[in-house]
Amino acid sequence: MLRVLVVDHDPERADKVRQALEEDPNLQVQVASVKAGHLLGLLRQAEPDVLIVDLDLPDRDTIEQLRVATRERPRPIVMFVDQSDTEAMRAAVGAGVSAYVVDGLKPGRVKAILDVAVARFQEFDRLRRELDLAKTSLAERKLIDRAKGILMRARGFGEEEAYNLLRSKAMKEQKKVGEIAQSVITAAELLK
Amino acid sequence: MRIRAGFIPLVDAAALVAAADRGFASEEGITLDLVREVSWSNMRDRLNFGHFDAAHLLAPMVIAGTLGIDSPPVPLSAAIVLGQNGNSIVLAEDVHAALQAHAGGGDLADPALSGVALRRLLAARRAAGGEPLHFGMTFPFSNHNYLLRYWMAAAGVDPDEDVRLVVTPPPYMVDGLRSGRLHGFCAGSPWPALAVEEGAGRILHLGTDIIAVLPEKVLALRTDWAAQNPEATTALTRALIRAATWCSMPQNRVDLAQMLAAPGRLDVPAEIVLRALEGRLRVDGSGRLRENARYLTIGPPASRPDPDGALWMYAQMARWKQLALSGRDEETVRGCFSPRLHDAAVASMSGADAGDGVGAFMGPRFDPNDLGGYLAELTAQSAVMHKS
Repeated sequence: MLRVLVVDHDPERADKVRQALEEDPNLQVQVASVKAGHLLGLLRQAEPDVLIVDLDLPDRDTIEQLRVATRERPRPIVMFVDQSDTEAMRAAVGAGVSAYVVDGLKPGRVKAILDVAVARFQEFDRLRRELDLAKTSLAERKLIDRAKGILMRARGFGEEEAYNLLRSKAMKEQKKVGEIAQSVITAAELLK
Repeated sequence: MRIRAGFIPLVDAAALVAAADRGFASEEGITLDLVREVSWSNMRDRLNFGHFDAAHLLAPMVIAGTLGIDSPPVPLSAAIVLGQNGNSIVLAEDVHAALQAHAGGGDLADPALSGVALRRLLAARRAAGGEPLHFGMTFPFSNHNYLLRYWMAAAGVDPDEDVRLVVTPPPYMVDGLRSGRLHGFCAGSPWPALAVEEGAGRILHLGTDIIAVLPEKVLALRTDWAAQNPEATTALTRALIRAATWCSMPQNRVDLAQMLAAPGRLDVPAEIVLRALEGRLRVDGSGRLRENARYLTIGPPASRPDPDGALWMYAQMARWKQLALSGRDEETVRGCFSPRLHDAAVASMSGADAGDGVGAFMGPRFDPNDLGGYLAELTAQSAVMHKS
């Protein structure tokens, strides 16, 4: 039995990862959200063999300290996946996941757990994107398509990259994606 | 060409932000995409795996990453030093008062004296059965870690036995002081100023009280990326040298502070950024100021990577058992902080940008081909300083 702790700022996604991992009867999965700076306490309590952490949490740096010798060591969490497996690390970082494993665990087991987490993170991103789109009106979608086209031409983006830029800008400025799309279109017209 | 660079929301990301937001990058034909990051571990991994071409990085992380101390070794090079110094040691109000009580009436501004007061305070707490003091720092391979340790060890405090040094993401530092999980911390701007502003703590020392000159953040590139993309590397380095020079000019500070304060960048009050740029920090709730022109230095000559400064950090890593000294590693460390990329960029600049032979302590570059313009810039600078 391996204990897996999933820490994610997005409880819905964490739940999806848990469900997928629980299909393996040999895994005992616990999900936690983390309040600022409480990760160490959480680790002491849960004593996981594998820790899956969302890359958007600043707490990763705190975990890194556990890998460098210190007295603050609830359990020796020594590596970010298997450091010889750079492809797995690259895929994980690309998907927004980090995974820490306790020393001595068989890399093969960890790889399987990580693969599930990576797949769920990516799927969740895709679903969220589709949901966002479903929520926008037809008129808004047309605006977004035009703005995407402008960004793809002007900056050499792929479609997904263009949409992600609009979306992250909208989140940062707390506006709707449609509004950001409108300002891209306006700016492009002014610059013609 | 597109270059993607990661930054952490700190005042010493100034040159990178100015390069993107003030046109220094686009003037070099670069579309500079800045991505705000939340942790140094992410920054290291994203640089290593090619998600970022360049990264705003803690100077000691360039050494740790290249030597592969705690991650697969990926050779990194410092193109320029983005910021020199810029850190402060902050104590919670009650800890500061307790430290004062153990200072024998002396002035805590002296780090030799404050260190001894700390040793006495720790002994008193131990005798009373209290827990050791907890100090936050940002990363195992950071000057925040090494500054705290240097200060403590100088007074005979063992940083591995007598206190707890806890890696704490800077956004959690203020909350840590308030909740009592932290008794103090060492971090760069704007975090110490925010702790003072929110009444959670006071600045005990500026980093420069402990070590006068220390490379703090660099723009790090993968060494193989730099070798494979020589033109992009030179253009990017040139853009950053020009941006850093612009940042260093007193007449641009207000503009720069506003640029950095923006929501997509640091997202903090411009006033706090400005005080860090000016080296005028409020150290406690009463508004008492500490001024130090060297508090945070951005721009030439501090922006030129210096192998000796790197070796000081390497020595600290050995002192605190993060690595063992080796002659071969010493050469590698020198190589990471070689001014090679920086100097190649300067050599490729036109006369007006390439620095001057005069080396004034501040002010515009001396341009022997445009004496009138040079005098006008000096007049403008005096006018700005007169008002400040």
